[in-house]
Amino acid sequence: MRVFFPFLSLLSVSSEQIEQLHRRFKQLSGDQPTIRKENFNNVPDLELNPIRSKIIRAFFDNRNLRKGPSGLADEIDFEDFLTIMSYFRPIDTTLGEEQVELSRKEKLRFLFHMYDSDSDGRITLEEYRNVVEELLSGNPHIEKESARSIADGAMMEAASVCVGQMEPDQVYEGITFEDFLKIWQGIDIETKMHVRFLNMETIALCH
Amino acid sequence: MWLRESPGPFWGPLLALVLTLGGLPRVRGFEEEPSSASQGFQVVTFKWHHVQDPYIIALWILVASLAKIVFHLSHKVTSVVPESALLIVLGLVLGGIVWAADHIASFTLTPTVFFFYLLPPIVLDAGYFMPNRLFFGNLGTILLYAVIGTVWNAATTGLSLYGVFLSGLMGELQIGLLDFLLFGSLIAAVDPVAVLAVFEEVHVNEVLFIIVFGESLLNDAVTVVLYNVFESFVTLGGDKVTGVDCVKGIVSFFVVSLGGTLVGVVFAFLLSLVTRFTKHVRIIEPGFVFVISYLSYLTSEMLSLSAILAITFCGICCQKYVKANISEQSATTVRYTMKMLASGAETIIFMFLGISAVDPLIWTWNTAFVLLTLVFISVYRAIGIVLQTWILNRYRMVQLEPIDQVVMSYGGLRGAVAYALVVLLDENKVKEKNLFVSTTIIVVFFTVIFQGLTIKPLVQWLKVKRSEQREPKLNEKLHGRAFDHILSAIEDISGQIGHNYLRDKWSNFDRKFLSKVLMRRSAQKSRDRILNVFHELNLKDAISYVAEGERRGSLAFIRSPSTDNMVNVDFSTPRPSTVEASVSYLLRENVSAVRLDMQSLEQRRRSIRDTEDMVTHHTLQQYLYKPRQEYKHLYSRHKLTPNESEKQDKEIFHRTMRKRLESFKSAKLGINQNKKAAKLYKRERAQKRLELSDPEEAPDYEAEETSGGIEFLASVTKDTASDSQAGIDNPVFSPDEDLDPSILARVPPWLSPGETVVPSQRARVQIPHSPGNFRRLTPLRLSNKSVDSFLLADGTEERPHAALPESTHM
Repeated sequence: MRVFFPFLSLLSVSSEQIEQLHRRFKQLSGDQPTIRKENFNNVPDLELNPIRSKIIRAFFDNRNLRKGPSGLADEIDFEDFLTIMSYFRPIDTTLGEEQVELSRKEKLRFLFHMYDSDSDGRITLEEYRNVVEELLSGNPHIEKESARSIADGAMMEAASVCVGQMEPDQVYEGITFEDFLKIWQGIDIETKMHVRFLNMETIALCH
Repeated sequence: MWLRESPGPFWGPLLALVLTLGGLPRVRGFEEEPSSASQGFQVVTFKWHHVQDPYIIALWILVASLAKIVFHLSHKVTSVVPESALLIVLGLVLGGIVWAADHIASFTLTPTVFFFYLLPPIVLDAGYFMPNRLFFGNLGTILLYAVIGTVWNAATTGLSLYGVFLSGLMGELQIGLLDFLLFGSLIAAVDPVAVLAVFEEVHVNEVLFIIVFGESLLNDAVTVVLYNVFESFVTLGGDKVTGVDCVKGIVSFFVVSLGGTLVGVVFAFLLSLVTRFTKHVRIIEPGFVFVISYLSYLTSEMLSLSAILAITFCGICCQKYVKANISEQSATTVRYTMKMLASGAETIIFMFLGISAVDPLIWTWNTAFVLLTLVFISVYRAIGIVLQTWILNRYRMVQLEPIDQVVMSYGGLRGAVAYALVVLLDENKVKEKNLFVSTTIIVVFFTVIFQGLTIKPLVQWLKVKRSEQREPKLNEKLHGRAFDHILSAIEDISGQIGHNYLRDKWSNFDRKFLSKVLMRRSAQKSRDRILNVFHELNLKDAISYVAEGERRGSLAFIRSPSTDNMVNVDFSTPRPSTVEASVSYLLRENVSAVRLDMQSLEQRRRSIRDTEDMVTHHTLQQYLYKPRQEYKHLYSRHKLTPNESEKQDKEIFHRTMRKRLESFKSAKLGINQNKKAAKLYKRERAQKRLELSDPEEAPDYEAEETSGGIEFLASVTKDTASDSQAGIDNPVFSPDEDLDPSILARVPPWLSPGETVVPSQRARVQIPHSPGNFRRLTPLRLSNKSVDSFLLADGTEERPHAALPESTHM
């Protein structure tokens, strides 16, 4: 069921959007009240996505579902589904600077959780490499080694941004969330982490 | 310098030149008579008319280019006044001179020359370098402004002027409603040349720029249609216009625009296909780009479709494949030639706009008409923009602020396209052509000069978001890619069709079919944005590293025994590209004479540093450049020598790796050799860097540096102050860097690499800090054929060291 929803926000009838998402949820779950990981296989286009495993995982991540500091849920219900979707709603700039900043942080936190697979609060080099390899796996001609090098280089860049000059004895464990925020400082993620059809009121109504 | 303050002296020769030019046609007549009556054979004859046309063209181009030089001598002037304005003023002056000399306007901007020769390069340049993602991301917005906006502008301006005419303010004129509409349609269009010229110096944020610029490009279809429709209506006569004609007009809009685009796409396809097979004719590769794009323009013009759209889309669509297929040198050639042609054309256009204005024959002044035109176009544009933005903001992700709208209205400059169109009018059909021409000239001058001058302060005053000139960061590219995929996934999961879904579908289609057909096989493999950014960043680091070394003088940054303090290289300030040029020359030129032979060094034998020089030279010889003899016979017009430097780089790299392996295998005293060898592979570098807690690791660490990047570069410290005792460690240049300086002095490194390896005190303590500039030098391999040294490195890697938990994750 592919529906073209370019102008939905114009109508801005929030219940409609929830309806829509609910229908989709039911479709994915096969009319069950909850979705499991396997249900995502029903989405055909997701197959082509190089980081699909991470994305699907993100749906079940307890940190994203606000259910705990780590671990994965086995199944999610509609409310959880909406919780995840809410990370992609547009930032309402009319709410004031603090709120905007908060929303921004939430979105970056989602991304951070995706990278930090072992939930230790740091993105280590290994995890970073993993991510880069997956990202580049779409191109069959790129060697693993190259992906690794790129990950290393990117980590270096991150280190230099976050920590600057390092002392000889200093050990850089990994990117913490604060460092992550630093990397993204000044870069506008509004357009990058926002799906068009999701309107704020929709989600707000739900909670 | 006196030149800066008084550009006056330059004008003298220019004036003289132009005067003679003006005077020459008359002189010519005199020359011919005596020669016919002269005696027999003439040794030298003055055949002006023989070369007249090309000579004059060349001379004008020269004058325009010289003018550009003169303008840029004064930085203060060019930062305030846009170049286009200066050129127009210059044109006015020159036109005045020509007029004074000849009393006829011998040089004007003719529509033929403009449309056939001057406009295509500019538009091609715009299309070829168009940021596609940004363009297509905002396509809806751009189309709305281009189509609806232009129609709105044309209609309102034309109708309002007609209304004012009816009220009698304009006095007696032989114009009808259709004439006004015709005039409205040609004055309504925003001009790409003018927009580019002015916005280039203003640097607004990219979204704003792409909207205004895209609008100026895409409104050509509308302009062409409106102009042709109204012109034919005027020809028919006002009363004979029927409803059918109007409908035909609307249909022709779609035909013209879509047809033009289609022509452009077809030619882009052809061009990409052709460049796929040009491997053996690299020299003429750039020619294909220009010829085929130009043909698309002409073909579209021939079919009375929108030529600007055709060439724009030709450039937009062929970008990716052409850039992938042609060699790097050809790409550079295409880039620079396009820029040169576009810039040259722009200069000539503006200058001739000025010159053409000095033609009293065409000047007809009608205060009300002129003033009201100016008022109407500004006001209606502003109103149109506000209305359209209000509609658009309901659908856009990134809202367009009022400030953006102000800039968009103010940046709607009219330019040479309007002028050319108005000159094309037939004065028999449009009786008041001269009035239109004069008004158009005034409008163009006003927008370009006045609005061009004031837009910069306006932008600053309004605090418009400027374009962020930032270095492309690897992290951004990576995360950007991640975002794309995440958003696509979310769209898929929630069952919506959105931008990301479409873009994903397109890139899959492209990868599966288009690229296979249009891209060279070798290019298909290595084509990935992230890789490219990575590669470029590495190159940049490498070049600035060597450039900095050069700047210090004869590569004295190599750690030399006697001058500890000298070797600190300050990398905190990136070197400008002038230095880069010299290094690029060294790095890439095939037919260079990189003379690092003994002769030049021997001359400095007497100096204190001759030992160092010798060391330098021999190290270089082994690890960097092979000193080459001058190739005298290598000039060939038809063949480029194959890129020798690639082979050489590989050899250097191999050699380096081998040396390092040997040195480490044979030498390590008291330190776990396995660990060292295992760490040789560069990819451990990041890990080591980050987790370095043990000073003893230092030698390994530095050793690893050799294996990567542009084969001979390593991470370098940025902070010179703290390094003062340690200097720059460049293991490549002094491969056995664990050497004590004293040892180095005694035993020239190239003679006995493996014997004297002792981790020096310095080497232990000093660990390169995270360098700002050189953080990305890691190897990049794309093929399966690993080089021997890599294999060796791989082979010895199997033994991870316990202290480094994450070191050898294979």
